[in-house]
Amino acid sequence: MSLLQIRGLQKSFGGVKAVDGIDFDVAAGELLALIGPNGAGKSTTFNMVNGQLRASGGSVKLDGRELVGLKPREIWKMGVGRTFQIAETFASLTVVENVQMALISSHGKLYSLWSRAAGAYRNEALELLDQVGMKADADRPCSALAYGDVKRVELAIALANDPKLLLMDEPTAGMAPKERNDLMALTKRLVVERKLAVLFTEHSMDVVFAYADRMIVLARGRLIAAGSGEEIRNHPKVQEVYFGTGKTFEKPVAQEEVAA
Amino acid sequence: MIHREPPPTLLTVEGLNAWYGAAHILFDVGFEVKRGEVVALMGRNGAGKSTTFKTLMGLLERRKGTVKLMGQDISGRSPSQIARMGLGFVPEDRRIFTDLTIAENLEVGRQAARRWPDDSPAPEWTPQKLYDLFPNLKEMGPDRLGGRMSGGEQQMLTVSRTLMGNPYLVLLDEPSEGVAPVIVEQMAHMILALKSQGVSILLSEQNVHFAELVSDRAYVLEKGQIRFSGTMAELAANEEVRRSYLTV
Amino acid sequence: MSSFLVQLLNGLAGASSLFLVAAGLSLIFGVTRIVNFAHGSLYMLGVYIAYSMSERLAGGVGFWFSLVFSALAVGFIGALIEMVLLRRIYKAPELFQLLATFALVLVIKDGVLWIWGAEDLLGRRAPGLEGSVEILGRNFPTYDLFLIVIGPVVLALVWLLLTRTRWGTLVRAATQDREMLSALGVHQSWLITGVFALGAMLAGLGGALQLPREPANLGMDMLSIGDAFVVVVVGGMGSIPGAFVAALIIAEIKAICIWLGDVNFGPFSISFSKLTLVVEFLVMAVVLVVRPWGLFGRPQGTPRHSGAPEAPLRPAGKSLRWFAVALVAGMAVLPLLQGQFPYALVLSVDLLIAALFAASLHFIMGPGGMHSFGHAAYFGLGAYGAALLMKAAGLPMEAALILAPVVAGLGAVVFGWFSVRLSGVYLAMLTLAFGQIAWSIAFQWDDFTGGSNGLIGIWPSGWANNRTAYFYLTLVLVVVGLFALRRMLFSPFGYAMRAGRDSVLRADAIGIDVKRIQWLAFVIAGVFAGAAGALFVYSKGSISPEVLSVTKSVDGLVMVLLGGVQTLAGPIVGAVTFTWLQDTVARSTDYWRALLGGIILFLVLVFPQGLAGFIHDLVVKLKPNREAAR
Repeated sequence: MSLLQIRGLQKSFGGVKAVDGIDFDVAAGELLALIGPNGAGKSTTFNMVNGQLRASGGSVKLDGRELVGLKPREIWKMGVGRTFQIAETFASLTVVENVQMALISSHGKLYSLWSRAAGAYRNEALELLDQVGMKADADRPCSALAYGDVKRVELAIALANDPKLLLMDEPTAGMAPKERNDLMALTKRLVVERKLAVLFTEHSMDVVFAYADRMIVLARGRLIAAGSGEEIRNHPKVQEVYFGTGKTFEKPVAQEEVAA
Repeated sequence: MIHREPPPTLLTVEGLNAWYGAAHILFDVGFEVKRGEVVALMGRNGAGKSTTFKTLMGLLERRKGTVKLMGQDISGRSPSQIARMGLGFVPEDRRIFTDLTIAENLEVGRQAARRWPDDSPAPEWTPQKLYDLFPNLKEMGPDRLGGRMSGGEQQMLTVSRTLMGNPYLVLLDEPSEGVAPVIVEQMAHMILALKSQGVSILLSEQNVHFAELVSDRAYVLEKGQIRFSGTMAELAANEEVRRSYLTV
Repeated sequence: MSSFLVQLLNGLAGASSLFLVAAGLSLIFGVTRIVNFAHGSLYMLGVYIAYSMSERLAGGVGFWFSLVFSALAVGFIGALIEMVLLRRIYKAPELFQLLATFALVLVIKDGVLWIWGAEDLLGRRAPGLEGSVEILGRNFPTYDLFLIVIGPVVLALVWLLLTRTRWGTLVRAATQDREMLSALGVHQSWLITGVFALGAMLAGLGGALQLPREPANLGMDMLSIGDAFVVVVVGGMGSIPGAFVAALIIAEIKAICIWLGDVNFGPFSISFSKLTLVVEFLVMAVVLVVRPWGLFGRPQGTPRHSGAPEAPLRPAGKSLRWFAVALVAGMAVLPLLQGQFPYALVLSVDLLIAALFAASLHFIMGPGGMHSFGHAAYFGLGAYGAALLMKAAGLPMEAALILAPVVAGLGAVVFGWFSVRLSGVYLAMLTLAFGQIAWSIAFQWDDFTGGSNGLIGIWPSGWANNRTAYFYLTLVLVVVGLFALRRMLFSPFGYAMRAGRDSVLRADAIGIDVKRIQWLAFVIAGVFAGAAGALFVYSKGSISPEVLSVTKSVDGLVMVLLGGVQTLAGPIVGAVTFTWLQDTVARSTDYWRALLGGIILFLVLVFPQGLAGFIHDLVVKLKPNREAAR
C-alpha cells in the first residue's frame, strides 16, 4: 500500500472549484513532482495535504489514517514535514535555535517555563544541520542568511520530527542553479537513505526532469497526466497547457541528457 | 527599426553604488541602453539585478553614482519624478493593485504622451491598444478585479500598467521567474512584440535561453559588479562566463 | 411606543457625527496604516474653532460659514501634522506611529486649554433650525433632523470621490502599495497629505456640527476617539460604508439603552442607562469574536514596514550582569540617603512598580507580538483584587499580595481566550475594549468597588507599614518578578512564543499551538501586571478606577515603546524614564501634558528604536571599530 493515498480530493472557494476531484499516490522512497500552470490548484492541493486548508471533499490518507479535518500541527505529529514556497523560518532565532525549536516541540517540551532553551537538543539540531550542510552557520541569526541557505535550514527543520512524508512547495524557487542541484541532490539522498516520500511542486523543468521519479500534471483543478518524465514530456495535452513549445527550457534538458 | 546613424543612448549608468541598510550591494555598476534595444541584465539570484532596478527607480534611499536618462541626470530624484521623466518599472513580484479593476489599474499608470528629442512621437499606449496586445486582458473585461486573475494574467496587467505611462524605457524585472513555461513563452512573444513597436527594454533575467530569445545585448552581474558585457552571440560563445555566473 | 421611535431618531442624529469622525479615521488608516490617536483631538478642535468663529460672526450666514470654516481649518491642521510629523515616521514600526499620535493628543489638549481655557463653552443654536418639529406627538429638534440627513450625504460624497474620480482611484491604490504607486509616477506624498487633510476635515466637520448639541469641553478628544475606534473596528478598518453601518448600530444601541432605563427582571434590576458607557465595547467584543475583521473589513496583510528583524536572544554578558547587580545594590542603600532625599523612596517605589508593569506588558508585546492596549485591566484587577481581598474578605496583606495576581491571572484567562483569536490592530482594539469594560465595572459598581470614589484605607501589615520596609518589600518582589519574566523568555516556552510571532505558518507546521502559547503568555503577563497592581495599592493606601483607565494602559505602552520593544531591558529603562519624566514635568508646569507630549515626539523622532534599542545599537556600532583598531 502507498504511504499517501489521495482520493477524490476537492476544494471550492465560493463556488469556484480550485481542485476538482483528484487521485494520486505517493510511495515511500519516491520523489513525486506535482506540476502545472499557475492557478492550476497545486498550492491548494498542497495545503490540503498539510492541513492548512480543509478539503471540501475526498480523502487524504497517510498509512491508512485519514488526514482531512486535522490541523497542520496534528498532521505534523503523524510524520508529515513541509517546506514553504517562500521559506518560513523564525527570523529572530539563530539557525540552530530554529531546528531546536522543532525538536523541543517534537519532544513535547513547549510548555517548559523554567529550563533553558539554548542547550535543549542542541547536539541533535547540529547533527541535522550537518546533514543539510549548514552546521558552520549554526549560531548566526536566521535573518542574516542568504535565501538558498534559509531553504536548507527549512529542510533541516522539516526533518527534525523524522517524518515519513515531506511536502516541498517550489523548493528551488529563487535559488541559483548550483544551489538548486545541491538541494535536490540532498533531498534525493534523504529519500533513499530514510525511505522518505517526497511530494513537491516545481516550475523549474530541469529540476523536475532530473530528480523526480514520477510526475503528475494538474490543470484547472484536474489531473491531466501522470507518469515518467519521458511520458509527460511527450504528452500532447501537457505540452499545450504547460510546456508550450519548450523553447525556454529545452536546451538545458538536452544538455543534461547528454551529460548523463 | 532602421537608423542611419547609430541609435542615441537612452540610459547611461556610471559608477552606481547602492546599499540596503548598512549592506553595500552594488559596486560601481555601469552600463547603457540604446534606443530600440532590448538589453538583458543577467546574473544569479542575489547578484544585484533587482537592486539595480530599484536603485535606477530611486526606490533605495542610499545610492551613489550617475544615472542619465536621455542625457538628464535622474540619480538624485524621487521615484515619482523618475517615472514622470519616462522610465517605466515592472517589478518582479508584479504588485498589481488587487482591489482595483483592470481598467483602474491601467488608469493609475496613465501619463501624458511623450515625444523624442527629435520631436517624433514616442510609443503611445491606450487601454485599447493594450487590450489588442494582450487579448487575455480584453477577454476578462475592464471590470475584473486585479486580485481575481491568475499569475500569468497579472504579469500582463503589470506590464500594461507600466506601458500606460508611455515610458521611453521599460525596466522589466525577472519576467520569467516563477511562472509556467507556457507563460514564459508568452512573455518572450510579448517582449518581441513591444520591441517591434519601438519600446526599449532593460530586463533582468537568470534564464539564458529566455534572454537569448529576446535580447540584443547582455550584461552579467555577479556580487554587485558587472563581469561581462557583449552581444548575445558573444555571451553564447563565452563558456567561462556562462558557467561561472549563469543558469546553465 | 412613540417615545421609542423618537429615541431611535435621536440615535440616528447621534450616528451622523460619529460616522464623520470614524470615516476620517478609517480613511487615514486605510492609506497610511497609521491608527491616528489624535483624531479625537481634531474633532475637539473642530468644536472649539466653530465656537470661536460663530461667536465672532453674527447672523445665520456667519454661523454656517463658521462650521465650514472650522472643517477646513481642521483639515489644514491635519495636513500640517502629516507634513511636519507623520511623514518622517512612515517607515517606523507601527507602534511608534501610534506613540507619536498619542503625543499629539497631549500637545493638542494643552494647546486647547491654553487658548480656550478649562471652562465648558456652550455654542449658539443653529440659525433657522432652532425650533422643533412634532413627530408622533413629541417635539423633535429640527437641527437633529438636519444631522440625520448629513450622514448619508457625506457618505455618498466620499463614496463618489473614491470610486468615480482619478484621485479616488489613486487613493485606493495607495491603500495597497504606496511604493509601487510612486514608481508609476504618482507623487504619493501629496496624495497622502490630501487624504490626511480630508480625514481631518471630516473630523473637524463632525465636531463643528456637534456645537449646537453639546458644549465644547476638554474631555471630548478621548471620548470621541474611543467611540470612533469602536465604530471603525466594528465596521472594518478602512471601510467607509462599514463605518456608516457601525455608527448607526452603535448609536441606536446606545439610544435603546437610554430608553430602557432601569428594567427589573424578577428580583434583578439592570440599569441599561448605565450600560451606555460600556455597551459599545461589548458590541465591539462580540463583533470581533464573530467576525474578526469587522462587519465590512477584510483580513489585513502583514504590514510592509515592520522594522528590522529582531536579533536572537543572547544571555546577559558579564558586564550587564554586574551592572544589574550594582543597580540593585545601589537601590538597596537608598534608604540610607533618606535624610538628603526624602522623596527618593516614594519615587523609587513608583519606578519599581512601573518597571514590573511595563515588563509584563513587554512580555506579550515584544516577544509575544501581541499589542495589548488594555493592559491596565490586569494592573487594576490586581489592585482591586488586593484591596477587596483585604476589605471584603478580611485577608492580611501577605495573603492579598499572593492572591491578587491570581485574580488578575483569572481575568487574563478570560480576556486572553478571546484576544488571542485576533492579531494586529484588531487584537489591540479588543484588549482596549476589555480594559474599558473592566474600568466601567469598577466605575459603576458602587456597593462593591466604591464606584468613582474607589476604596481607601488599604495599608500594609504592621511590619511593612513604613517607608523603608515597604520599599524593601517592593524592591525584592519586583526584582524577583523581573528575573522570573526574563528567565521565562529564555525557556522553551519563551522561544515558542517568539517562534509563533515570527511565523505562524512555520510554528503550526512543527506542532506549535500558537494560540495556546499566546494564551498562556497573556495569563503570565496578567499575573505579573496584577502583582504590580497589588504592590501599587498598598503603596498608596487607596485606589480609584483611574488605575484601570485607558490612560494607564497607554502609559504602559509609552513606557515599553520608549525603552524599545526589541530589547529586554527596554521596558525597565522606559518605565523609569517615563515615570520620572511624568513626575518631574507634572510638578514644574501647568502644561505638563504638552511638555510630555513634546518630549515623546522628540524621542520618537530621534530614537525610533527606543532608548534601550538606541544604546544597544550604539554599543554594537562601537564594538567592531574597537576590534578593527586592534
